[in-house]
Amino acid sequence: MQSPRGLIFRRRASNLISKLMGTAATLFGLSWLAWILVVTLINGARALSPRIFTQITPPPGSDGGLANALVGSTLMSVMGVLIGAPLGIAAGTYLAEFAERRPVWRETIRFVNDILLSAPSIVLGLFVYTIYVRQVGHFSGIAGALSLALIVLPVVVRTTDETLRLVPNMMREAALSLGIPRWKVTVQVLYRAALPGILTGVLLGLARISGETAPLLFTALNNQFWSNNLNGPTASVPVVIFQFAMSPYDAWHSLAWAGAFVVTMVVLVLSVGARAFLLKNRMDANA
Amino acid sequence: MSAVLPVPLATTESPPGPRRVLPARWMDSAFEWLTRFFAFLVFSLLAAILVTLVIGSQPTLEKFGVGFLFSTDWDPVQEKFGALVPIYGTLMTSLIAMLIGVPVSFGIALFLTELSPAWLKRPLGTAIELLAAIPSIIYGMWGLFSFVPFMSDRVLPWINDHLGPLPWIGVLFRGPPLGIGMLTAGIVLGIMVIPFISSVMRDVFRTVPAALKESAYALGSTTWEVVWKVVLPYTRSAVVGGIFLGLGRALGETMAVTFVLGNAHQLSASLLMPGNSIAATIANEFTEADSDIYLSSLIALGFLLFVVTLIVLAIARLMLHNLARREGR
Repeated sequence: MQSPRGLIFRRRASNLISKLMGTAATLFGLSWLAWILVVTLINGARALSPRIFTQITPPPGSDGGLANALVGSTLMSVMGVLIGAPLGIAAGTYLAEFAERRPVWRETIRFVNDILLSAPSIVLGLFVYTIYVRQVGHFSGIAGALSLALIVLPVVVRTTDETLRLVPNMMREAALSLGIPRWKVTVQVLYRAALPGILTGVLLGLARISGETAPLLFTALNNQFWSNNLNGPTASVPVVIFQFAMSPYDAWHSLAWAGAFVVTMVVLVLSVGARAFLLKNRMDANA
Repeated sequence: MSAVLPVPLATTESPPGPRRVLPARWMDSAFEWLTRFFAFLVFSLLAAILVTLVIGSQPTLEKFGVGFLFSTDWDPVQEKFGALVPIYGTLMTSLIAMLIGVPVSFGIALFLTELSPAWLKRPLGTAIELLAAIPSIIYGMWGLFSFVPFMSDRVLPWINDHLGPLPWIGVLFRGPPLGIGMLTAGIVLGIMVIPFISSVMRDVFRTVPAALKESAYALGSTTWEVVWKVVLPYTRSAVVGGIFLGLGRALGETMAVTFVLGNAHQLSASLLMPGNSIAATIANEFTEADSDIYLSSLIALGFLLFVVTLIVLAIARLMLHNLARREGR
């Protein structure tokens, strides 16, 4: 049997150790964030030049930019959101508004959606490759956009579902009691109330696909040249980064860093912006 | 209010006839069916992915059978394929990731819920979540150009000297300090799963009723005892769910691993040696696959990966769901 003093000493010691470990763990996590951001921003800033935005990706050994990849990425991301977001909003609306009589079905779809949300993106690429690229017979920006849409979809389903459920029932009842049909209540009243949340979801989806690489590798492939044709192979910044970073050429490494800088900035601005936007709207609503 | 009400009541001239009601009803059911259709689309997407992958991997399964899972062959020239090397790489790197990610995430959640001053909680939480926002290709570049040299110059020689001579586990830590390899990939994965696990842990720790914690404090418990004996048992299933969620991420993570794992199709006992993972193999070789059986073997790998992550994520969601139900949400 321990003396009471020894026991209390031991308890205090383990308490102190756990607090120190907790603090250390937080600093550990933050230091990785700092390391990654500093390395990316410093190397990227060094490699950044106006050429990045005006010239296309060079062959090995010569100078160039990332213009074609930037345009390809933008087009495919925008198209991915334009396909994925409306589908996601519709499906989320069903889950939040029309499924209360079928709770099992509703929970099943939510469950499936949650799984799609964290499914490996490379598998989505394989899926689009098999059902689209293989059937059409060639790689294309459209296939790339489709695989990105599959990543946006579950994000938007979830946020739409969640924000619509947060809209007070009083609003539905008030609108319905005026004799407004249900679809109009949903579109003109509920969507308006839930707009900040839904928009945040779309922005987060966009942030996620702007840096997405794996599903593009064998759907959009890559394209060294300027191309306005989304129905052919299309360059994207992440795939170019992958190709250039793995190469032995210094000029390509430097371009890869510039691309990494641009992607990181876009993703950070989008995801921090989406959060700030949601926070501000919540505060306005509470005020 | 009462001043406004009489006006609509006074207009009794045209009661809404069927012509005004019907289009609205028609639109109502059309709208509902539209949303239902897309919800069904989400549901069928999962089934469609599974079916396409099964069909795509059919030639491989017919040719190699169950042996595909246990063979270390990967020879595109003789068209012999086996999945053991990438399966081992995926499981091993994910295991290392969990060994690092779980304790660190627990520490972060502990700090964010019990120790941090209130004004610091939100910015710190956001900063940790930013680790999840950074695209995996950035982790890959940073890993290749910054972390790999750091590992091979500083960490691996030390590991070689101090952990290598140990009996039994020493063999895991002996090898050339290349920098690229299982251990490096596992560490990078560990960092990548921290935001997922820690944000789930933090969120569920917050759901513990204050009365429970306050009772324990009132009995003289220390912070650590409250967390270990009250908070953790109360949230156990959701914490396991969060860990599985992180595991699902680690198993399927592609680009970061592709950069730092070395793309070497060999099985070696040492964690310092290069290896391969399922996702990295697909990413590296899919566009180079020149024969049908090669392509089909890669799709079969994808099918394996999808089934395993599906099971892991399903367990995660079920564990998390239990907590949500207990809360009455």
